[in-house]
Parts: sequence; structure tokens; C-alpha cells
Amino acid sequence: MALRDKQGRPLVAVTGMGVVTSLGQGKDDTWAALTAGRSGIHRIERFPTEGLRTTIAGTIDSVDVEPFCAPLLSERLAMLAAEEAVGQSGLASSDFPGALFIAVPPVEMEWPQRAALARASGQDGDVTYKDLLKAAASGEFKPWHDLFIFGTVADRVADRFGTRGSPISLSTACSSGATAIQLGVEAIRRGETDAALCIGTDGSVNPESLIRFSLLSALSTQNDNPEGASKPFSKNRDGFVMGEGGAALVLEDAEKARARGARILGYVLGCGEKGDGFHRTRSSPDGMPAITAIRQALEDAGLAPDHIDYVNAHGTSTPENDKMEAMSCTAVFGERMASVPISSNKSMIGHTLTAAGAVEAVMSLMTIGTGRIAPTINYQVPDPAIPLDVVPNVARDATVNYVLSNSFGFGGQNTCLVFGAEPKGA
Amino acid sequence: MRDVVITGVGLVSSAGEGLEAHLKALACGTPNTDAASFEPFPVHPAVPLEWDRQIPKKSDQRQMEPWQKLGCYAAGLALDAAGAKEDAALKGRMQLIVSAGGGERDYAVDGQILTGLRQADNPGVFLNERLMGDLRPTLFLAQLSNLLAGNISIVHGVTGASRTFMGEESSGVDAIRIARERIASGQDDIFLVGGSYNAERPDVLLIYEMGGFLWKKPYASVWERPAQGGGMILGSGGCFLVLESREHAAARGAKPLAAIAGVASDRSRRKPDSVETALHDLSRQLGAKPDTVISGATGIKAITDEERATLKDIAPGAAVHATGDLVGHTMEAQAPIGVALAAGLIAGGQAGEALVTSIGHWRGEGAIRLTKA
Repeated sequence: MALRDKQGRPLVAVTGMGVVTSLGQGKDDTWAALTAGRSGIHRIERFPTEGLRTTIAGTIDSVDVEPFCAPLLSERLAMLAAEEAVGQSGLASSDFPGALFIAVPPVEMEWPQRAALARASGQDGDVTYKDLLKAAASGEFKPWHDLFIFGTVADRVADRFGTRGSPISLSTACSSGATAIQLGVEAIRRGETDAALCIGTDGSVNPESLIRFSLLSALSTQNDNPEGASKPFSKNRDGFVMGEGGAALVLEDAEKARARGARILGYVLGCGEKGDGFHRTRSSPDGMPAITAIRQALEDAGLAPDHIDYVNAHGTSTPENDKMEAMSCTAVFGERMASVPISSNKSMIGHTLTAAGAVEAVMSLMTIGTGRIAPTINYQVPDPAIPLDVVPNVARDATVNYVLSNSFGFGGQNTCLVFGAEPKGA
Repeated sequence: MRDVVITGVGLVSSAGEGLEAHLKALACGTPNTDAASFEPFPVHPAVPLEWDRQIPKKSDQRQMEPWQKLGCYAAGLALDAAGAKEDAALKGRMQLIVSAGGGERDYAVDGQILTGLRQADNPGVFLNERLMGDLRPTLFLAQLSNLLAGNISIVHGVTGASRTFMGEESSGVDAIRIARERIASGQDDIFLVGGSYNAERPDVLLIYEMGGFLWKKPYASVWERPAQGGGMILGSGGCFLVLESREHAAARGAKPLAAIAGVASDRSRRKPDSVETALHDLSRQLGAKPDTVISGATGIKAITDEERATLKDIAPGAAVHATGDLVGHTMEAQAPIGVALAAGLIAGGQAGEALVTSIGHWRGEGAIRLTKA
């Protein structure tokens, strides 16, 4: 089999995968829960939820960091996922022979730290930033500079795994994880690197993050039955449920991977992306950008729509996303879309935001590897406007050679990836 | 590999609006400094801009905080300069890479919450109630890192696809590096690349003051500061560059200002001499023989002296300008601004080959080599 694609570029193999979600640590645990149709969504216990419209999330409560804050939890989740992925690949665990691309949530100082600075300032009247600045001058809070700047998670992961060159921290909102993979694929295809460690991580379920999404009316408020709140493609869907997660993939030039005898788990065959200038949070009504991103990904993979066996949906459970995603897929796949299985991992994991594209990439490859499709759970009230095979409620066995994985985000971000057991025509 | 040229520059800062204003300021004068607003921290404030000229809709302006407006404005200037503004089809396939931080906060709300938290019976519940009641829903979108790119897509119609890089100074270098590689390899033809920074924000001052990085005396050149303890003065500004392949520029009749001959970046584990070693390596990788250096030196102790000493080795006799002494330290926008100035000097015949350096205040080293187009 040729180790270059039809355009003469190096084929990109996946040789290691790792994941941590609210369903479990490690891809096997997560996959077992996902194919069993189990939800990881629960009541938030991490902070008081009185006064909030949404009181549920897919937080990862088994991982503890000190001080507890989004950048440290995100770093820890990235480390756990990358340890699993690099371990599986068989590459050196602290001398990774390639670049790091990591999707990280935008971070900033959080309330416990602001409150600590306010206390340290000694101000007993009205607190202003002048007081916080005064407290900062003491030098007592020096480590928080490093903790809350944007490049630190990547820097620490790069230190731990010994990746080469300047690590890239990135955000394309809810498609960030897919973009991290896309950057790795491109670097390998250009011949800049033989291997890439691509990570998406997000541990940012804290009061302010949750409230910000809540104020945009983006979150489900069906708090009574947490496991049932995320209902992608259902008529009674009412928003997404925040989740936390980390996922890592080791990508390699297939020729190099083959030469060192690595086990190839699958290939990233194609990437597509398209910007949307219609609105900050809504997509173009004609679906053109999402449609273009899907078509580009297929074309980049050298595949026709008919070759795709399964779509791993973005499927957030918001009224807008699921309608637009169904429409866009139908525009690309035509009548056949009614019978192409499409399911949403977010029905169980929630929306892991920055990590989602990477988490779902791992699940897409698990689908190929195990011949089993994870269901869309909580599908009790079909939406007549979305007449698709969403693999309702129960996992299904199927031969899956090619998967399309969609990621869409605020700010007009549309990124689609195509994974395959083998390249077409191999 | 294809040559990559710069065909448009959009630049705003404390030194004014547009490339010409900046080149003039580079030749003479001391930077525009505001010592009073955030006393004891001087900042270099952005000049007042008529936002309507690049962001025509008030509704768009209302959706953005200053860092996004500065970036969006600079992006519009770059598109104008490249002759791309009116070409919807071209902008529809133009790729976008933005180097961005995030923010901004509602300072009054933060202060009130911190005041109230002190007395609150149940601080967690108090925080929930106040945030639910007091946060403006649209503020979130003005804070999200990738929403500068999103706003550029909306306001200017640049919709190839966007990616946002984060990570302080390094993100600016790597944005240019990745754009250049994608053009050189033939993956894409044309990019809008850049970033923006608002220094007039107590929350960013707070982050860098915690780390002990800020200069708290009257303005002094970055090169003079290390002897007095060192420190950086943050500056507000935005800079975008239109990059394209030489063939693509020629085919649409766009005149290149300069070529980007190479971009190199790395991450040393900082210790004495590591900046010196890194800068030597980067210069070697690029085969740099500059007659002009645009340095991103911060003024921070040790690393600024190391850079200065290294520049004497790798660029003997070269004219050295510091972006910090023109516009202040603009963090994610620093490398794009350095490249814009270098391109301007080359286009005007004042430089033949330029090296732009970016030694991050805390981590990350980068260099960009520009040559005549």
C-alpha cells in the first residue's frame, strides 16, 4: 500500500490515543460507557449552584488540582490524555520526536484569586483594581502570573513530553480540538515533522464560565434529570450541557510509523474548514460554511460522500446547531443521509468545548477499530425536522471504514475531519 | 517552495495610524506615554480612532471591547493597503490567523463583587447571584479569544477560515510562521495575519505586576531599563499583515513591500545565557545577515541585555530599533508590528535585509527574516 495520498502528500497515521471524560479515565473506560449508553452528566457539586438556571454538567471530579482552577485542571487532563496516547504509540515518553499542537480554553484569573488579592490589599472599603494591583506588588502572588497566562498549559505539556519547537496553543472555540489535529496533519504533510502530539483539553466548569454560557441562553435548563438533559436531535432539546475532558492523538508520517513497527490505529485522511461571517453565535442560514467544510474534508481525503459510513456529529443539543448540522449533512450526502448513521457523543459526555473535537476524534477512531457505533441517548421525542438515523439510545454494530467528524463553533468556526481504517484504494 | 511576500500592512498604536506614521515616529521622537491613568504604571495608549472608518456599523462596535476593535480596525487598514478590501471573492478565500489573548472584564462589577464577597454569608451563592445579575451577556463574546477573528470575518468578510493562536509573544511569531509555511508549500495563496492588544486594562497590568514584570518609573528606553531593575511598559495597538505568494500577488497586480524569507521560533528553558543561545540558533537557521534589526526587547532584566549582546554578534553594524521604544510592549501583536515596520523600511529603501526578534517576557523566542521583495 502506498504511504502517500493521491496528492502525493505523506499519509498521516494515528499511533496513539488517550482520553479522559466524565465517563472515565482512558479510552477503554470511556468507550465502554459510551457504547453502553451511559451518561456522565450529573449535578454540579464543585461549587454552590443556588441562583443558577443550570445546575448540571459533565465535570470530572476524580482529578484534583491545587489551587483548583481551569488552567490547572485543563493541564492535568491534557497530561493524562497525552500519557495514554504517547504510551500507546511506543514513542519516547519524555523525548517526543515532533511538535505539540494544543487546544486550550482561554484562561484568566478566577474569583478565588481575585478575592485573595482583595484580602491581601487590606482594603476594608470599596475594593477596586487599584487595591488588587497594590497587593500584587508584594511579589507574594508571583506564581499566579505563570498560572494565568495563555501559553503555560502548552509549555508544561511540552516540558513533560519533550516535544520539539515552539508549541502552538490555539482556540477556534468549540472546534478547537479538531483544529489542533488539523495543524498536526498539515505539519506532517509539509514534511516539517515526522510526528505531532495533538491535544484538546477543557476543565473550565466554574461559576463564571457556566454563567456566561447561561446568559447567552446556550445551556440546557432541564436540571431535574441530569442524565437526560443532553438530547441531541430530539424535538425537546433545549441547549447543551457543559462537560470537561481531555484527548490526545499521536499523529505520524505513516511511512515512519510503519518503519518503526508501530501499530497504526487509523488515518486522518482529510481536513476541511470554512469561516462564516454571518453572526457571532449563529451560522449562515443557508448552511454554506458548514457544507463547504464537510465537502473540503471529503475532497481532501479523496473520498466521495457515498464512502462515509458514519458521521460523528457535533450534535450539541442546541436547537440551532442540530438543525443546521442535519441540514448541512443532508445537503452534502443527499437522500442517502436518511440512512447514514449519525450520533452525538455529547448526549453522554456533554459538550467538552475546547476538547470536543479531539475527544470525538478518538471516539471516531474507536468506532472504526471496534466496529461499533455509540448511540445518541435521550432520544425519546424525534424532531420531525431532522429525519436522520441518529442511532437512537442503543449502540449498534457496523462495519465502519470512513468517519466524518464535525466541529462547529462560535465566531464562524467550522472544522471537519475524515478518519479512515485505511486510505481509499489501499 | 514559493516565495511569500507582504502586500499590505494595517497598523495602529500609540504612535498613530498607518505605516507611514509609524516610520516617521521611528525616525524621531519619544513614544506617546500615559503616566497618569494607571499610576505608577506607565502605558502607551492607542491614539483615538474614528472607529466608523473601518467598523461602519455601530452594532458591531458595541459587540467588541477595545482589544477587538483595535484588531478589527487594523485588519481593515491592511485589507485597504493590499487592495483587497473591495474584492469579496478574494476575501472569501483569504485565510486568517490571529494571535490573541482575551479579556476584557467589567471592572466596576468585579470591584462591587469583591467588596460584597467580604461580607457575604454565603460567598458562593452571592457570587452566583451577582454574576447572573450583573454580567452583560455580550461581554462574553467580547472576551473570547477567537472572537477577534470572528469579528474580522463579520465586519470585513474575510471568511476563508480562521484560527486563533494564544500564548503571549510566541503566538504572534507562530501565526506568521504557520501562514508563511502554508503559502510556501502551496496549501493556500493568501492570508491575513496579525493581532492586537489593549494595555489600558487593569486586569492585564495585574497579571504582569504579579509576576514583577512592569516598569514603574517614567519612560526610559528598553535598553536602559535593565540597569535600573528592568521592566516592560505595555502598549495598546493592533497590526495585521496581508501575506501571499509572489505569483498570487503578481497575478492580481498587488505590489509587495518585502518578502518573508523565513520565520523561526523555539522555546528554551530559560536560564542565564539561554536567550543568547536561542537567538544565535534562530539567526543561523534563518541565514540572517541583517542591516536592520527590529527588536521586540521588553526591557526586562537579563534577557534584554542578553539580546543586546547577541545582536552585536549576529548583526554587527546593523541599525537596531526596538518596538518597545516606539509603541511599547504589545504582547501578541509585538511580532506582527515588528514585521510591519521592517517591511516598511525595506519598501522605502531604508533597509535591505531586516531581522525581527521576539524574545518573550517569560518564555518563547522567535525571529523573522525579511528581504527585499
